[in-house]
Amino acid sequence: MAGYRVIEVKEGILANNDRQADALRRELKQKKTFLLNLMSSPGAGKTTTLCRTVEALTDTMRIGVMEADIDSDVDAKTMTDAGAKAIQLHTGGMCHLDAEMTRQGLEALGDEQLDLIVLENVGNLVCPAEFDTGAVKNAMILSVPEGHDKPLKYPLIFSVCDVLIINKIDVLPYFDFDMDKAVDYARMRNPNIEIIPVSAKTGEGMDAWADWLRRQVESWKQGEN
Amino acid sequence: MHELGIVMHVIKSVENVAQENQLDSISAVTLEIGEVSGVVHHYLTDCWAWAVKKTDILKDAELRIESLPAVTHCDGCQADYPTVEYGKICPHCGSDKTWLLTGTEMNIKEIEVPLPDSGDS
Repeated sequence: MAGYRVIEVKEGILANNDRQADALRRELKQKKTFLLNLMSSPGAGKTTTLCRTVEALTDTMRIGVMEADIDSDVDAKTMTDAGAKAIQLHTGGMCHLDAEMTRQGLEALGDEQLDLIVLENVGNLVCPAEFDTGAVKNAMILSVPEGHDKPLKYPLIFSVCDVLIINKIDVLPYFDFDMDKAVDYARMRNPNIEIIPVSAKTGEGMDAWADWLRRQVESWKQGEN
Repeated sequence: MHELGIVMHVIKSVENVAQENQLDSISAVTLEIGEVSGVVHHYLTDCWAWAVKKTDILKDAELRIESLPAVTHCDGCQADYPTVEYGKICPHCGSDKTWLLTGTEMNIKEIEVPLPDSGDS
């Protein structure tokens, strides 16, 4: 009877994805294009926040947006109206984007020189956090109605993000959302996370967010981060 | 449900290993999955069964999953303790200044390859 032999592999499952992501970041550095990976649960206000962000920055930089969804192209239309070059990425049922899908999205955006590209990841607090997309920085939005305990329930996404936008602060009086606790819990997972409270609807706090993003894009172009 | 994405990455990596070693068939793949990696084993197995049918060399490959224990270290009293049982608060001194040592691993440990049939049955 035939036997078997065992070949030791000893490699992280996502090692290949991580290599592709690093390669993508090197190419983006050469092209002086800053890629932001924006994550949140569905309904936290990614598209609205992004629309306001594009409106705030479009006079000073060229912006591209990749909208990832399981289906439909409603978000890409909204972004184009706001002034960005936008494409829709369909993940074909997949709950997240990886580096290879991000590369395909960048190719679909075309050769035009862009200063900032935002990847609007699939609405989900679990899966997108696992996969390095090749972005320079990771951002997430937590909205007030979701509750301040989310960093305890979904620790990974808070630990991989550079910045946390707390959205919908205009409805704080109607919810039992404790801002101090949300900040404490997020910092427990990630002591270095930047936290910016905003209301994409009223515009409150949006200047601070736009400033943060502008600084990141500038220092990436100058080769500082 | 990122298990399908994980399965796709495992298949790609294993196909690369197969190419490097000039293998035409693989009978089993062993993964090491940390207890708190967030991967659901039976989803992984279901996704595997669906995805390998679309490949040539992994068609009949069995997926074996070895679970790696999650261990947390406490900065308060320097003790290590099992994460799944006690969570974020140290059972020895009650401190919340704790951090995860192991448990989020997702590794391909090894693959098993059938030896060429020597002729006897």
